Amino acid sequence: MDGTKIRSALSMMDERGSGEGAGYAVYGAFPEFADYYAIHVFFDAVHESKAAVDRELGNWGTVVHEEEIPTYENRNIRKVHTPWRYFFKPDPSLMPRSETPEDDIVMHLVMKINTTIPGALVYASGKNVGIFKAAGWPEDVADFYRIQDYSGYIWLAHNRYPTNTPGWWGGAHPFNLLGWSVVHNGEITSYGTNRRFIESYGYRCTMYTDTEVVAYLFDLLVRRHGLRPEMAVKALAPPFWDDIDRMDAKERTLYKAVRLAYGSAMMNGPFAIVVAQRDGIVGFTDRIKLRPLVCGIAGSRLYISSEEAAIRTMEPGLDEVFMPRAGEPVVGRLGK
Amino acid sequence: MTIGSVPVRFRIVVDDSRCMLCGRCVENCPYDVFKKENDTIHVNSRKCVACHRCIAMCPRDAISIRERPVDYRSHPVWTEEARESIYNQARTGKIILAGMGNAKPYPIIFDSLVLDACQVTNPSIDPLREPMELRTYIGKKPGRLEFRDDGDCQTLVTNLAPNLELATPIMVGHMSYGAISLNAQKSIAMAVRESGTFMGTGEGGLHPSLYPYQDHMIVQVASGRFGVDINYLERGAAIEIKIGQGAKPGIGGHLPGEKVCEDVSSTRMIPLGSDAISPAPHHDIYSIEDLKQLVRSLKEATEWKKPVFVKIAAVHNSAAIAAGIARSSADAVVIDGFRGGTGAAPRVFRDHVGIPIEAAVASVDAKLRSQGIRNEVSIIASGGIRESADVAKVIALGADAVYIGTAALVAMGCRVCGTCYRGLCPWGIATQRPDLVARLDPAVASRNVANLIHAWTLELSELMGAAGINSIESLRGNRDRLRGYLLDESIMRVLDIKPVGA
Repeated sequence: MDGTKIRSALSMMDERGSGEGAGYAVYGAFPEFADYYAIHVFFDAVHESKAAVDRELGNWGTVVHEEEIPTYENRNIRKVHTPWRYFFKPDPSLMPRSETPEDDIVMHLVMKINTTIPGALVYASGKNVGIFKAAGWPEDVADFYRIQDYSGYIWLAHNRYPTNTPGWWGGAHPFNLLGWSVVHNGEITSYGTNRRFIESYGYRCTMYTDTEVVAYLFDLLVRRHGLRPEMAVKALAPPFWDDIDRMDAKERTLYKAVRLAYGSAMMNGPFAIVVAQRDGIVGFTDRIKLRPLVCGIAGSRLYISSEEAAIRTMEPGLDEVFMPRAGEPVVGRLGK
Repeated sequence: MTIGSVPVRFRIVVDDSRCMLCGRCVENCPYDVFKKENDTIHVNSRKCVACHRCIAMCPRDAISIRERPVDYRSHPVWTEEARESIYNQARTGKIILAGMGNAKPYPIIFDSLVLDACQVTNPSIDPLREPMELRTYIGKKPGRLEFRDDGDCQTLVTNLAPNLELATPIMVGHMSYGAISLNAQKSIAMAVRESGTFMGTGEGGLHPSLYPYQDHMIVQVASGRFGVDINYLERGAAIEIKIGQGAKPGIGGHLPGEKVCEDVSSTRMIPLGSDAISPAPHHDIYSIEDLKQLVRSLKEATEWKKPVFVKIAAVHNSAAIAAGIARSSADAVVIDGFRGGTGAAPRVFRDHVGIPIEAAVASVDAKLRSQGIRNEVSIIASGGIRESADVAKVIALGADAVYIGTAALVAMGCRVCGTCYRGLCPWGIATQRPDLVARLDPAVASRNVANLIHAWTLELSELMGAAGINSIESLRGNRDRLRGYLLDESIMRVLDIKPVGA
């Protein structure tokens, strides 16, 4: 589907934002470059920092195509960055002894560029996934990038009410790393713990906001540690000990192990989160559901949102609407 | 008489208009301050240590104590303490002994740290209405979980190492039978069992009357190896190797022969009346690989069923030492800050050697994380934990749990007079004299200790709820929830925290 409906659904929830940040993610955006990492960069000034980024990318692989991301004049959006995208093929021989050398190279590049090249911020790095975000109202950001011109099989959208970094494009959601994209409603009170945990695995938090750790945690738990997404959700929002104590022996051991191993990855505070990757999405809330989350099903389509109204805007004829329990993952998998 | 007498430290006054000559002060003071003659209470103030036993027992509030009733000429460098230490050593030519923790007025970092609370952008959580999890596991944690794919489901392959399960992250640290009385140990043992937590035996063996509480006791192996045999090791819930102590880093211990009564002698497995001297180093640990051998021998002896802790004093390079310990198969590292208490330590060590627990925990946690081995060991912080806020702050700096020592003694009546090394504790805590020990009733004192742990646990839940956190894991190492109030920049860098307002 194209971005028309998602634009109107997000605009339904303008009430929830402040016009200072909105964004969209679409999987399947670049079919002609589907096998290449789509490295998205915000440049403060192209002539100042692009050469350094080009050099870094050149050190680790080949750029097969690059372009300034098309944008369209919008009187409500001040274009403070130049968004750019590279389609990049890493050279796996440069990361020996890694099971996922290409991903590891791209992750390294993201961390390296974001921490060492001033004026350049890599805000997306997945294959065949496009991220479109800026400071503005949802409909303005959509028009600025003309997201209705893109189409794909998974869409994420987010409307921001920033408190920490208003007006900063990098702070708008979705956050993306490799195949992972995250939208998040809430504030993570365990951020300090999560950040220290994830940074000890080589990730670097550079976006001045709590949401980026979610993308990194999913990358660590699912890609590097091999947990299934449902299990990763259980690590981030685990059952309470009282519930674990009541489980049968096998489950009890499992969840005890999850909490012991990944206690520092556990997220606290109010949140509703949707994480997407190439073949599906997962939505979940914090353990006591301090933020809303509604799901809708229509045929083979799954919708997850903060508000039912937004879902009904996209799909008036829903088969089913439900609200998942606190901490319970809702998983949508791509049909074969 | 070159030096003559120094001014009395305390002046006791008995108000005749209130005193009814009941003589309780006379009975209660083991230091012989009071004498009753011809219907008058005579006072020898020079013997007073300000233990407050008389104050507590006087039914008419007739007794008052003033500290330093005689002024020295004031001087900022040549303080009264400095001068009196010189008089003392000029007379005796000896090392000065002292009790309790560091008595120098160093600034307390805890008191310059403030905690966070949620408002508006995220809600605080009410612990009375929502679950609040303080359960803490102490021991080795897997760095990652391994699963086997069985068609539709994943089966866990990783085995968990033995961990201690604590209902609250507050334990009572090691105070040996010998340093404290059996009644004091028994009171603590009953309290930790009731509170779902643990206590340390200290290096004094495990008295048979404590066997009923052994599942809540961590047995200690220190450099004197007192009381250690396979029976002792097997009874403990965990084993702790004591390398150093915050009150006296780098030196051993000395229990004077007078304290080694029949019971202490058999529990420690040393001859009656002999001095129990723990050497400065373990004479089988001269390097980190030797420690590893001891850790593994203890595990081998107990069939790898028990976590093994290693306790060190907080010193300048504790972070590197802890990193070595994390690689030794040990399950937890205990860091004892320079405010940690003691029955007796040379004053010069107590007051001048080591570093504060706040800085030590911060640097150990950071070092272990930077090396990717934080999960290999739990961090237990001790030394100068005075209240629940200290517990919250030290956990936010990176500790898994705390040991309290002095606070537990204070809960049993201790007034921190710092005279433990004389063995005359009028509260029945740091003494072996039967009449004094009998003053401490474990049924009552255990209630007091359990109350304290309970009260701190409640306060900790409230602090977490206010911070929007419902599980202790999310407080651990969450330094973003701390701010430094008038701390200098270099300390804030070590603690990795921001200043207030930032």
